[in-house]
Amino acid sequence: MFRSTDDFFATGIGRFATVLGVLLVTVLLWYVATTVTGFIDANRLPRPVEVWQSLQAIATDGYGNGRLHQHVLHSLKLVAMGFAAAVSVGVPLGLAMGHSKRIEALINPAFLLLRPIPPLAWIPLAIVWLGLEDASKILVIFVAAFVPSVINSYTGVRNIDKPVLEAAQMLGIRGFSLVREVLVPGALPMIFTGLRLSLQASWTTLVAAELIGALYGLGSILNQAAQDIYPAMIMVAMIFVGICGAATTWLLGQFERRAMPWQQKSVLQ
Amino acid sequence: MSALKVMTDRERFTLTCVGTAGFFGLWYLAALLQFAPTKFLPMPHQVLMKLVQLCSEPFAGAVLPEHMWASLKRYAMGFGLAASVGVPLGLLMGRFRWLDRVVTPIFDSLRFIAPVAWVPFAALWFGTGIGGPTLIIFAGAFPPCLINSYRGAKGVEVRYLEAASMLGIGSFRTITDVLFPAAVPSIIAGLRIGAGLGWMSLVGAELIVANSGMGYMIVKGQSAIATDIVMAGMIAIGAVGVVIDVALRKLEKRLLRHRQQS
Repeated sequence: MFRSTDDFFATGIGRFATVLGVLLVTVLLWYVATTVTGFIDANRLPRPVEVWQSLQAIATDGYGNGRLHQHVLHSLKLVAMGFAAAVSVGVPLGLAMGHSKRIEALINPAFLLLRPIPPLAWIPLAIVWLGLEDASKILVIFVAAFVPSVINSYTGVRNIDKPVLEAAQMLGIRGFSLVREVLVPGALPMIFTGLRLSLQASWTTLVAAELIGALYGLGSILNQAAQDIYPAMIMVAMIFVGICGAATTWLLGQFERRAMPWQQKSVLQ
Repeated sequence: MSALKVMTDRERFTLTCVGTAGFFGLWYLAALLQFAPTKFLPMPHQVLMKLVQLCSEPFAGAVLPEHMWASLKRYAMGFGLAASVGVPLGLLMGRFRWLDRVVTPIFDSLRFIAPVAWVPFAALWFGTGIGGPTLIIFAGAFPPCLINSYRGAKGVEVRYLEAASMLGIGSFRTITDVLFPAAVPSIIAGLRIGAGLGWMSLVGAELIVANSGMGYMIVKGQSAIATDIVMAGMIAIGAVGVVIDVALRKLEKRLLRHRQQS
């Protein structure tokens, strides 16, 4: 049926089987190392069973001020708010800076001064200003997500072919319709690249901020579990950090495909 | 259509000055109008003075250069480890399909875990001195190193590989003499991204688990409600980050220039 192993791996089923196989072997190795042989101490790396039990415990009884879905929803809510605020300011600003050299010259000094500071370094400042409440987390997520949205929207506009802009000018397109018909569609691929980076930065920053001090959220589970020296719960929280990051990235990808149907067509052709 | 209009250098200079003045002006205005107490919103010159002062007066157990040195040591360890594992692994994955198939699922399932989420395990496994933070920096810097060297190796023109195999070069030399040189631009780009993410992860690690370093300094400043120290630390962290990026850019230029000559 398959002439070579490569043919097999090229099919969807083949690829799926490999992924599944590799992950199963990994879990098996983990099981053997911790449970069967005791080669790795369970105080360092939890056993698979313990992780499963911790997952059940946090899902039904709760851990660290709440049940799993409450923590997850709280983190999701903060990321959504910070991300939305950053994008709705950052993308228009980036578009404006890309379109007008004057605006760029005006804004760039402040931007260049603030940009090198890693978003995580804003956390202490946010805590001094706003305390350990949600507001300080939204502020740091905003800072983290803002920079990639601006830079990539800016680059997106800058990369629009000059003839397109000249044609738009010749046709008398200006103001809002210029933004809607020329700048946004032209910059959209780069804008989405920026949004993806922003989203990643948002999660990293949120987890760090919650690790430092929070009542709810995935980072607060991590923090609590680290203090209780409860490795299985640490792993549960890490798994959910990964799931949330992957799920929101997937969602953004779906949105991207809807927003740019022409991109998909060109791939199919 | 301002984008298409020519802007003179003079106009650009003026606008840049206005922008800079506006940034600091607003900051001063907010501080002078007591928008927030000085304790929470120091003026720019106060922050700079604090920055100078921190170089001679110890805070959180050390003067600023010592904190910087502690951070840089950790950073060099973590980033060095990420580059020395990520780049070869990426090249090998680009060369051997089976390795690609084995590593990719594991890598993909770990990729979405934010680097700072490793903090509890890092502390549990390697302590809070140099080992724990190193793992977190590694977690931040590793993915771009791996992905870019993999992409670089995959992008090598097939005829080079065919020529290499026709000339009877073994797998090892194919990687060192064909894949690696061809992938250098992509690898360097990956190192630069990794360096930035690693620097950010270092700050995160030091905020939470370390007992020295610049991140530790600003978190101590936070608990003392010394906003000037926090801001001075942020400036120092940003400045070191810029220096690292500039150094890598220089390296990039050098290597690529060498490439074009040959």
